[in-house]
Amino acid sequence: MTSTTEPTVPLSVEQLSATTLLRFATAGSVDDGKSTLVGRLLHDSKSVLTDQLEAVEHASRNRGQDTPDLALLTDGLRAEREQGITIDVAYRYFATARRRFILADTPGHVQYTRNMVTGASTAELTVVLVDARNGVVEQTRRHAAIAALLRVPHVVLAVNKMDLVEYKESVFAAIAEEFTAYASELGVPEITAIPISALAGDNVVDPSANMDWYGGPTFLEHLETVPVSHDLTTCHARLPVQYVIRPQTAEHPDYRGYAGQIAAGAFRVGESVTVLPSGRTSRISAIDLLGEPVDVAWTTQSVTVLLEDDVDISRGDLLVPTKDAPATTQDIEATVCHVADAPLTIGHRVLLKHGTRTVKALVKDIPSRLTLDDLSLHPHPGHLDANDIGRVKIRTAEPLPVDSYADSRRTGSFILIDPSDGTTLTAGMVGESFASPEPVKAEADDDGWDF
Amino acid sequence: MTTTVADVSEEGTDSPYALSHLDALESEAVHIFREVAGEFERPVILFSGGKDSIVMLHLALKAFAPAAVPFSLLHVDTGHNFPEVLEYRDRTVKKHGLRLHVASVQDYIDRGALKERPDGTRNPLQTVPLTEKIQAERFDAVFGGGRRDEEKARAKERVFSLRDEFSQWDPRRQRPELWNLYNGRHAPGEHVRVFPLSNWTELDVWQYIAREGIELPEIYFAHEREVFQRAGMWLTAGEWGGPKESESVETRLVRYRTVGDMSCTGAVDSDATTLDAVITEIAASRLTERGATRADDKMSEAAMEDRKREGYF
Repeated sequence: MTSTTEPTVPLSVEQLSATTLLRFATAGSVDDGKSTLVGRLLHDSKSVLTDQLEAVEHASRNRGQDTPDLALLTDGLRAEREQGITIDVAYRYFATARRRFILADTPGHVQYTRNMVTGASTAELTVVLVDARNGVVEQTRRHAAIAALLRVPHVVLAVNKMDLVEYKESVFAAIAEEFTAYASELGVPEITAIPISALAGDNVVDPSANMDWYGGPTFLEHLETVPVSHDLTTCHARLPVQYVIRPQTAEHPDYRGYAGQIAAGAFRVGESVTVLPSGRTSRISAIDLLGEPVDVAWTTQSVTVLLEDDVDISRGDLLVPTKDAPATTQDIEATVCHVADAPLTIGHRVLLKHGTRTVKALVKDIPSRLTLDDLSLHPHPGHLDANDIGRVKIRTAEPLPVDSYADSRRTGSFILIDPSDGTTLTAGMVGESFASPEPVKAEADDDGWDF
Repeated sequence: MTTTVADVSEEGTDSPYALSHLDALESEAVHIFREVAGEFERPVILFSGGKDSIVMLHLALKAFAPAAVPFSLLHVDTGHNFPEVLEYRDRTVKKHGLRLHVASVQDYIDRGALKERPDGTRNPLQTVPLTEKIQAERFDAVFGGGRRDEEKARAKERVFSLRDEFSQWDPRRQRPELWNLYNGRHAPGEHVRVFPLSNWTELDVWQYIAREGIELPEIYFAHEREVFQRAGMWLTAGEWGGPKESESVETRLVRYRTVGDMSCTGAVDSDATTLDAVITEIAASRLTERGATRADDKMSEAAMEDRKREGYF
């Protein structure tokens, strides 16, 4: 760390409470300079405090290192420190005057694909790090594919170590062009390429004096200004019912509210809604936003909805606008990432959790496995091992109102659970893998399985 | 609620539907409470009277209003309590008509089941009474106020964290948590520790307390107190064992950033007597909450990981 940046001025109480929240993910290995980048972000935003830095300096000295190893800040487990690797997703928190950030810091190697998928599942932005000397490599393509699969709305390509290529625009431009072409093909909707040197501080927080040719935002400026919510008018409104609130007190003898976190879109008082899977309909009579009555509520607010009619609703049901109800189905085709150590096999009897509903399910087929490095397809693999990405066909014991993951990340996703020991087996995304209809030229023998 | 829409007129980058960060964190925590209410039989909230557990209770009250909170409270009592905090605990329990369970470290020491440590610290002694109370009452979900920003072993903690019948945490056997789909499956005898404040920082907690007008025990605000210095921290003199002869007592203007066992929770020099002053002080602080106030976490690089593995909070 060579930063000379002074600690930021403390924010006023008003400033602190008017900020929005951005969840983002990084994937990469130490070689890419990820730890340096994360360390600089945390340090320059005053998120690494004196005692933490002292602890890192102390631990680094004990290992015979001259400079503090900022990876020790995030490698929180003994096994990670002993092996010098990041095993798990580490969540880091920092803030600027404009935003609060939650960073899911994940290891980049192929054996940690499940960790990257986990980090990306809640991220609104993913940072793909590239070493300017090496350009787009296998790992870069894998990280882009994970962002595309998980439908992360914004991708940042951080071309790092620009100081080692003499800050040449031509180097940056060639890498940015190659990556943008590849990621666009996968359907990544927005790609921002930024030339940086995490070590020297160029374009991380402050604009670089060494790259006059770059006129875009610094890395942190981009994080601070990227939009964090979707256009609600194009979203399907969805409310998975978590819990039925029935006080049955003298004060509230007949209160019956359906509590949940709005998974997508917006709901209004007076709107006609349908309960799935039963198909019954009613009208919203009131929306309670944690103690305040409101006329309209939207994702990701936690609300309690009251209906005009006394319909039978319980945990696991999904409230949707009557005019925009998804079909229910017992046959689901999805792209999955297998996250458990034991393989997923055809014929596996599992539990499937979708929204707030958990049902029995059967893995009917595994049509193909996908190698993310080159997007090659492997038909009929028979099973999926830990970290494998593949297509599955699932039959559920009850009909489920699933959306396509492309339309709704929260109601198009599910997990598979081992009924015997409760292990989380697989993360699933309903529908097509990638956004564009014919995204990739499959280099392996493509027998028509639709990726 | 009139503060839901973040004021972004100056930035122009967020739609009016972007939640403020406090609203986003609140909504996430409420979702977690409701998931547990929907999927578990006997949940309990660990309640120490500290600010994090007070915020947890506040969120639980909001999550189920106008109905009562469908959980009871559990206090692991080290016997080294700040009297102001115990008073607050009892008043809060009464005000909301809650049921309080107490697991008493002192009882274990009195009957010889636990031995006092040479350094007088009782924090590590809490694990056995906590575990046995969980087993005896058959609690299947135990809410803790732990935050990932507190400590680097906690940074790897899940929101739903499976514990075996000895309450042990195995970091290698953690379940991946994707989207907001929490997996609460557990075998008989096992339980799940649930951390609704996982994504909150110390500053978020204080901002939320200010926004919601939540009352706290007065020791969180600057006051005159008789203290003595040990291991770089100001400890309160008391029956628990301090000060030793070599340690001299003085009166200082201090406040507590965390509330725990009196023998290892340090006060910090402060003149912050209001919530706004506390928030300003924390935003400018160069020390973490635990670095400033917890002796037990300074023992080794893996002190927290080791205690968590053994079943600590």
